[in-house]
Amino acid sequence: MSDIIKVKNMCLWYGEHKALNNININIPGKSITALIGPSGCGKSTFLKSLDRMNDLIPGVKITGDIRYKDKDIFDASVDVNELRREIGMVFQKPNPFPMSIYDNIAYGPRTHGIKSRAKLDVIVEKSLKDAAIWDEVKDRLKKNALGLSGGQQQRLCIARALAVQPKVILMDEPTSALDPVSTSKIEELSSKLKKDYTIIMVTHNMQQAVRISDQTAFFLLGELVEYGKTETLFSTPSDKRTEDYITGRFG
Amino acid sequence: MYGNGVSKARKIYIMSMRVLMWASVAVTCLLALFMIVYISVRGIPNISWEILSTKPSYLSGGIGILPDIMNTVYILIATLVIVIPLGAGAAIYLTEYASNKRIVAVIEYAAETLSGIPSIIYGLVGMLFFCQFLNMKTSIIAGALTLVIMNLPTIMRTTQESLKTVPQSYREGAFGLGAGKWRVIRTVVLPGCVDGVITGCILSAGRILGESAALLFTAGFAHALNGIFEGFSSPGATLTVALYVYAKEQGEFGIAFAIAAILMVLALVINLSAMLTGKYFKRRRNI
Amino acid sequence: MNNNKKVFEKAVHGIFLILGLVTIGCVLMITVYLVISGIPAIREIGLLKFLFGKKWESASSDPSYGILPFILTSVYGTAGAIVAGVPVGFFTAVYLSKVASKGVKETVETIVSLLAGIPSVVYGLAGMLVLVPGIRRIFHVADGASLLAAIVVLAIMILPSIIKVSTTALDAVPKEYEDASLALGATPVETYFRVSVPAARSGIATAVVLGIGRAIGEAMAVMMVSGNVANMPGLFKSVRFLTTAVASEMSYSSGLQRQALFSIALVLFLFIMLINATLGFFLKDRKGV
Repeated sequence: MSDIIKVKNMCLWYGEHKALNNININIPGKSITALIGPSGCGKSTFLKSLDRMNDLIPGVKITGDIRYKDKDIFDASVDVNELRREIGMVFQKPNPFPMSIYDNIAYGPRTHGIKSRAKLDVIVEKSLKDAAIWDEVKDRLKKNALGLSGGQQQRLCIARALAVQPKVILMDEPTSALDPVSTSKIEELSSKLKKDYTIIMVTHNMQQAVRISDQTAFFLLGELVEYGKTETLFSTPSDKRTEDYITGRFG
Repeated sequence: MYGNGVSKARKIYIMSMRVLMWASVAVTCLLALFMIVYISVRGIPNISWEILSTKPSYLSGGIGILPDIMNTVYILIATLVIVIPLGAGAAIYLTEYASNKRIVAVIEYAAETLSGIPSIIYGLVGMLFFCQFLNMKTSIIAGALTLVIMNLPTIMRTTQESLKTVPQSYREGAFGLGAGKWRVIRTVVLPGCVDGVITGCILSAGRILGESAALLFTAGFAHALNGIFEGFSSPGATLTVALYVYAKEQGEFGIAFAIAAILMVLALVINLSAMLTGKYFKRRRNI
Repeated sequence: MNNNKKVFEKAVHGIFLILGLVTIGCVLMITVYLVISGIPAIREIGLLKFLFGKKWESASSDPSYGILPFILTSVYGTAGAIVAGVPVGFFTAVYLSKVASKGVKETVETIVSLLAGIPSVVYGLAGMLVLVPGIRRIFHVADGASLLAAIVVLAIMILPSIIKVSTTALDAVPKEYEDASLALGATPVETYFRVSVPAARSGIATAVVLGIGRAIGEAMAVMMVSGNVANMPGLFKSVRFLTTAVASEMSYSSGLQRQALFSIALVLFLFIMLINATLGFFLKDRKGV
């Protein structure tokens, strides 16, 4: 499997504060990569850099190299909106738009120029099916999405991300606001989705990382301490700090 | 797909939205600029000490606006003196006493209704009730009472808002010391009203200064110069009403512009003080 | 607690209760006065003849009291002001809330509240001397004092409250919605108009309804620029609004004519109550979400 994202010598500053220091990581396609580490270690910041959502925060400066499909994502020729279409994002708190379920899913395709009702119908159905929520909502597509439960809302958000046919899906602690049943549904879904998509997921839950991820990256104080196969990292970590963390000695 | 960017249709949409936003902001700012410049240019040259310090005289044909200034001051004082206890009292009742949710809802609905009623209707009812029914005749005090009703919701709302920022623990602390309700109100709640009352006064002053339709038939449009006490019971035009009368009925545009310029300056002052006190209260609360 | 103290506390409670009830009393008083003084003329003239009569000739020897011209003028005038004022206010609000830097936002908001603080007679004065002659010259009409002049003045007067209320509503849109849209590859501008604006729709609707209320209730500024003739409305005709109909004849009227003015005020009041009810609906809607 070739690496879809390659990061080299990447640093990130918030104004004067250096939040990420010299990150080097290659992420293979069609797999799940978990980013773990204590709060404030920079893993969410790193995740948001991959689809340039940090551009929106004033004072953020990034150096080094981030390549998506071997192309520098900060290159002048890269259209950031197109990049974000290819690299979707699912947020910590489910954030469906205050519109109907249908309009939520159709929002992305519509933005990118699909106007035909028939085409949209197909996309909406496929996305909802792929996100394993179709059966629950097919009879109320015109109802407001805010009426769904938290877990359903999060799967709707995943469906919304799928609707623009991304290659990569970034997930920022997608289950931290959910109950255990909804959490396991999202985990199941993620494992199924990796057949077609590359998933990079920030998680606080180490069992979750073990359960679903293929690779795990451990961040601490803005540095990437260790990165490798999930099994290896959790069974025989090569760095003392990783071991301390995964055995629950801090964080 | 990757790299082909935002389509032409989208670019056109984005550009037109941007243009519409810029144009709208420009229109808004230019309107304000125009009003300020136009009124200043036409008005300020007409302001003189003579105008400010005399009353109109048929003998000399001169027009002075001193009576209108005094009437404005009288009506401002009378209105605020009456509306503050009423509005603040109602706010205290709502936040401190009322336990029945229905009553609170009805009072708040009534206040909302009052703030939506046009001033011409206030003028009409004020005329029927204060001038005729209570036999106050056309007078400053009848005008002031009409304005009291109009400004009641404003004072109520601002006082309520400032009372909400008084921490519940202060009240509990006072009750815990065995203070009666009234004592708690006097020592904890009333001081908490001050910010709201001051904000409300500034907002109301702005409205009173700008009001004309409600005063036309309640306070009238006389230009006699009165002392403060006979002033309350006599009819009199405020600056705004005088502007209307001079411009619309008498075609005295010079004097109308002079008054307009004065009103603009006062509006500016009121605006600034509202902004500054707002910032001051906010800072004090955060400490 | 001794008995004296109890009585005292009760009395204080009573006083505050009375102060609280003053507002309700005022609303009742206004309603009762308008209904009592408004009904007789309607009864004498006949409701349909009053509301749908096209002729208002209060001063003629055979007077007729039809207020359809006033009603239509008020409706058209308000609609015109909304059509002209809302888009400008709306786009300004989106700019202020989403695009403008903090400094620009503060500056423009100060300018907007200054516009809001200008008394309506000052707008009327500027309208009389700039707008009215301007319309006469540009459109080659005999008299520029017209519905059009009133619409422009009203549009300017409702602008500040439209901007303020819409900006507040747009400011309150959770950032998460906007992030989600951007993450789907929508540009910032697309996000503002396709996500933020729909999310703030009830607040923006409130702004529009407030604007309608203000426009339909404005008297003095329109009086100064609309020519004040009881014509059926036309863009370049001199017209009279419900508000100005009350104001313009009140000082010298008597008898049935005076009572008819009260009836006009009652009609205006009913319009306002209708608008208030709509407003209440939108406010409730906003609390619900």
